[in-house]
Amino acid sequence: MEEVRVILLGTALGCLGRLVLLHVDYRQYPSYPQGYVIHISMALISAFLGAVAIPALLERDYAAATFLALAATQFRDVRKMERDTLDHMEPLELVPRGSSYIEGISRVFEARNYVAGWIAVAATGSVLLLPISDPWVSVAVQVGAACITGSLLYRAAFGQLVGQMADIVPAKISFDGPLLKVDNVVIMNVGAKEARRRYVDDGLAVLIKPKDPNAKATLANIGQRQAIAHNAAALLGIRMDVGEPEYTPLVRQDVNTGALAMALIPAEKNINALIEAVAQVPVLEGAVRKPLESMPGKMADGQVEE
Amino acid sequence: MEMAPIETIIAIVTTDRDLVGGGAPIFYSRDEEEAQRIAMHISRVTFGMDHDLENGVHIIVKH
Repeated sequence: MEEVRVILLGTALGCLGRLVLLHVDYRQYPSYPQGYVIHISMALISAFLGAVAIPALLERDYAAATFLALAATQFRDVRKMERDTLDHMEPLELVPRGSSYIEGISRVFEARNYVAGWIAVAATGSVLLLPISDPWVSVAVQVGAACITGSLLYRAAFGQLVGQMADIVPAKISFDGPLLKVDNVVIMNVGAKEARRRYVDDGLAVLIKPKDPNAKATLANIGQRQAIAHNAAALLGIRMDVGEPEYTPLVRQDVNTGALAMALIPAEKNINALIEAVAQVPVLEGAVRKPLESMPGKMADGQVEE
Repeated sequence: MEMAPIETIIAIVTTDRDLVGGGAPIFYSRDEEEAQRIAMHISRVTFGMDHDLENGVHIIVKH
């Protein structure tokens, strides 16, 4: 009976951890109630498996423990499920997320599902491996262990944000003939005079200046740039409709400095909101480059003498 | 998502008949203002984008 209580509480704590993370997920993802149900159900299974892992080992039931491996295969479906959903919606997005962003979001969902499992492992393991007899102390230890694991993994579940690796500053939109420019970076050729007027009157632009060579290489990734354009358009709203490609926000790089430039016509013209929206874009795992970790990268940056 | 380059010139709008030729449909206009209008209409209908070559020629490109 004692053990059942420990396992149930461990499972519940794992689910709770997932719920907390799920809440944050949806800031970068359109929310829908069915999504909550799906992910909480998957987290329930994950947390339950985590919760029974240590009791199974203590009972010397090694076969049960190996079932965890089977579960990992099942959870890969979480990633596939998210990827498929977003892929299917992609053609109908005015500003697409891009496959890198979709992959990034799916990975985060899978990783967070495992977080539920690990919290449950810690919450049951801590009580069963320590000699605790008092039920209230046992509950307190479980909650404590879950909180500690949760907060450790919470950090792991969040990658960097663009705002942490780059300075985002307001920039000026201008036209050189038909060429739309943000400061000195050419974005695209806009033929229609009406579109040029709207860019000058209603457009906003930012310059994203990477803080170091690692950031420069990461931000140069095309998937990362598309994610920035998508997030900015999704969070600020965008004044464009189907069949108006000249208003699609594009992110172009200044090849001399590595800075990214983006111009768009938002629904609300608020530069601080745009800067905040860009700063909040997650750095995609697949986009991360770290040239400074290598010798040639350090040499290029002048950190080592040749 | 397929990201293969599929840029194609859907149409050319020009004020100068001597400047253009080739495979894409060509639309002649009397002046730049008319070229702007025609380019706008074609781009709206075809979901293409109007690019100005600055010599009186506009190309509508599908991106």
